[in-house]
Amino acid sequence: MKTMKTIKLLAVLFISSFVITSCGDDDVIEDPNVEELITTITYTLTNGSDVVTLKYTDLDGEGGSDGTYAISGPFTAGASYTGSIKLENETESPAENITEEIEEEDEEHEFFYTSSLDCTFCSLVIDKTDIDGNGNPVGLETSLFFDTPATDGSITVVLKHEPSKPNDGTSADAGGSTDVEVSFNITVL
Amino acid sequence: MIKQFCLCLIVCFMFTTTIAQNCQYSLKGKISDFHDNSSIIGASLQIVNSNKNTITNFDGSFEFKNLCKGKITIVIKHVACESKTISFIISKDIVKEITLEHHLEELEEVVVKSESKSESTSIEKSIKKDIITNFSDKSLGDALNTLSGVSSLNTGNTIVKPMIHGLHSSRLLIINNNVRMFDQEWGDEHAPNIDMNASDRIDVIKGANSLKFGSDAVGGLIVVRGKKYARKDSLFGSSLMSFNSNGFGGNLNSEIIKSYKSGYYTKVQMSYRRFGDFKAADYSLTNSGLENINASFRLGYNSYLKGFEFYYSQVNNKFAILKSSHIGNVNDLVTAINSLEPRVIKEFSFSIDNPKQSIIHHLGKIEAYKRFQGFGKLTFQYDFQVNRRREFDLRRGDLKNTPVIDLRLVTNSIQSDLQVKPNDNLKLNIGFLGRFQQNNPISTGYRPLIPNFDKFDMGLYTIGNYSLNESTELNAGIRYDFSKIKARKWYNITDWNETYNYDELFPEFETGTIAGVRIFTKPQYTFHNFSTGLGLLKKINDDLSLFINYGLANRVPNPSELFSDGLHHSAARIEKGLLNINKETANKFIVSMERNNNNFGFVISPYFKKINGFIQLIPVGISTTIRGAFPVYEYNQIDAEIYGIDIDLNKKINNRLDYYGSISLLRGKNTSENLPLINMPAANFNNKLMYFNEEFKQLSISITHKTVLQQNRFPDYNFFTLDPVTQQDVFVDISSTPPTYSIFGLNISSAFNEGKLQFELNVENLFNTSYREHLNRLRYFADELGRNINFKIKINY
Repeated sequence: MKTMKTIKLLAVLFISSFVITSCGDDDVIEDPNVEELITTITYTLTNGSDVVTLKYTDLDGEGGSDGTYAISGPFTAGASYTGSIKLENETESPAENITEEIEEEDEEHEFFYTSSLDCTFCSLVIDKTDIDGNGNPVGLETSLFFDTPATDGSITVVLKHEPSKPNDGTSADAGGSTDVEVSFNITVL
Repeated sequence: MIKQFCLCLIVCFMFTTTIAQNCQYSLKGKISDFHDNSSIIGASLQIVNSNKNTITNFDGSFEFKNLCKGKITIVIKHVACESKTISFIISKDIVKEITLEHHLEELEEVVVKSESKSESTSIEKSIKKDIITNFSDKSLGDALNTLSGVSSLNTGNTIVKPMIHGLHSSRLLIINNNVRMFDQEWGDEHAPNIDMNASDRIDVIKGANSLKFGSDAVGGLIVVRGKKYARKDSLFGSSLMSFNSNGFGGNLNSEIIKSYKSGYYTKVQMSYRRFGDFKAADYSLTNSGLENINASFRLGYNSYLKGFEFYYSQVNNKFAILKSSHIGNVNDLVTAINSLEPRVIKEFSFSIDNPKQSIIHHLGKIEAYKRFQGFGKLTFQYDFQVNRRREFDLRRGDLKNTPVIDLRLVTNSIQSDLQVKPNDNLKLNIGFLGRFQQNNPISTGYRPLIPNFDKFDMGLYTIGNYSLNESTELNAGIRYDFSKIKARKWYNITDWNETYNYDELFPEFETGTIAGVRIFTKPQYTFHNFSTGLGLLKKINDDLSLFINYGLANRVPNPSELFSDGLHHSAARIEKGLLNINKETANKFIVSMERNNNNFGFVISPYFKKINGFIQLIPVGISTTIRGAFPVYEYNQIDAEIYGIDIDLNKKINNRLDYYGSISLLRGKNTSENLPLINMPAANFNNKLMYFNEEFKQLSISITHKTVLQQNRFPDYNFFTLDPVTQQDVFVDISSTPPTYSIFGLNISSAFNEGKLQFELNVENLFNTSYREHLNRLRYFADELGRNINFKIKINY
């Protein structure tokens, strides 16, 4: 008799779980916001009034549409530029500035810059001009010097999360996990 | 004293009889078998405290004459039955039908014959309590790995997923105390949430006897069992402590059981397991520790006629995942593959940092059975499971302590089974199952890899066991399953319309709700499955038997195969399910020749599986994101064949020395594309030499050896990718397999004080060999474990 009661009770519980859960069936569930998403990277290089921006945007994150590049003007050979980098999440309104988060956690982050230029005996030196609390480079601020013209070339920006610091200046040695890895095509006139 | 008491009783008795005087009543009746109402011939009946007795005649009837008014007590006895005592108040002539429990052995059988199989025709292997104890501080997968034909898919050394004949995850049914486990088993890095210490026996069923639990056991069945306790008043238990040099940890397990003569019993069990960073042969595996707290509780009542059991268990697993395995994109993966050592090697620590998994699994059930006279045994069960899985990764800022995956899966099931025995040779089981399942992703600031879904299942089965003659048994079953899946999921509109063309394939899933670049959809599926199983057992002589099993299994695609969509952080790959994935159909043939003999025994078991629509996750290309390039893995369906042979041997060398050996050979073929199947276990063999001296403190010394050959048959999914830093193409070798390895082990155990105190010393990976196993998902990053010295003490009380 007691078992019967228990069985009945369980049956009621079981059926009610169907009823309760099926209520919400027609609701549109919320599409979760991707909070850590980096949609946009803007590398702004300034030489007085000569401002070149290298921008990559991928608003829908992984999958979906491919990202787009917006690269303004050629660089000027023989000129020095100061570079500053900005990371944003533009799916939020106003756009979330992720650079600030990296500034706060600068000991756990580092940018790496590499370049390749299609020219003979030319070089591009990109120096990191900022340091974290331990005196190691961060790479939010940079200085660049283009010595000779190049018809084709690229600058690659890599942001590492939890790299080993200090390192030999290459992203490979720093290890860590990659948060940003974007290559921009450039020309130097 | 007793004599006096008896005398007094007899005097009293005489006194009452003399008063009554009225002695012309009769008691007539018939004694029959409880099960089939057949008459029991030759049962003896004795009236207590008198010399009146009789025996039932050919139709089971009996009669007592000249009974006096008053109370009488009769004891009924029969050779194959339990004695029964019944009292009557005599005040008139009485006619009474009495039933005896003719098959009492059945209940005892479970207690006594732990060697017995789950079904007599089943092709299966078992792990007994002593092996479970041996692996007390390891995982279920590690213990099962000792059986031929069983291997494991690992993530590091703590997350171990069992594999039967190369098949795992949703293709294996894991039955825990008669409850089918639903713990998000679909992921490669999702190990079963079972505390082995709570169980008394584990069976691995390779053959076809699985229809009772589901139609989708393409790979096989793992049955984790508790024990039935004898009906006697007793209180007993045990405590086990272990310590390991590798990982500087161990576990504590205690259980206590109270049983009563009335049939009630209760068991409480708890275990705690803790390890710090493990060590490979040459370096520390930073962030590889674990912490588990588990508890289980059983309360039940056993009698021949009826019984019930309540069971609840909770498993809390926290697994650290190797720091070096956290990578950002494909170039990080290349760096990891090309470097010989893990990227992060730090000092030993107990801390469990990100990345890590934290899982809680609750399982509760209530089961009740009743035997109906002349009919059969009816069992009813309700069970409830909640699985909460949280995976933590390296995140920035405020999100550091928020998991990237947080899923809650709730499963409710009811099931009933009716067992009838129309005659001594035939046993029939008819059953029903209803199940409701719901998955809720909890907000993590990421899009969930598995979306919200509701799943409803219903199943009906009938299984018959027929003894053709003394040496031949047949088993046949059929099962029908109905499944309905209702999911709710947001898709990227470009993916929906263009990449996958879902707008044309599945317009009925669209809801009309679009927000920006996202479209809200409601995919719904209905599946009907029929499955069958056939088994034959032929006993050739006393210790030689032949088993033949055939099974047709159908598996409905699991939610990850249908809906996965996004970056799987712990794997640094983008995983994509496809909405047009259909069910998988497997035809399984397995034969086993078994010689059960201590002097020389063997099991030779070849098998062949043809799987149509085999669902696999394979690399298909590269997707570029702001974080760089990621390999894209997509689920697809192909036809596959898996065949192989498992061989086990045992040979007594002399009184004290035994040899055990096993070989597992397997081939997996993707017949659609004429390629080897991905992630198939390589040929492997085991040897064990054991010395055992019963007289000298049950001393046992054994040396074990295991060799796993290099898997040379793998599909080549290697590719090139551009390294933007060097602006050069680099080779991504994700397919090549690690070389052959051999490891040795030593085990010494002994028992004192009539087995009340047991000691065990194990040395695993005796020669500190450094090796990698191709079925370990972290093989790109680090070696397997180095030497471990393990010490255990078990106290029985």
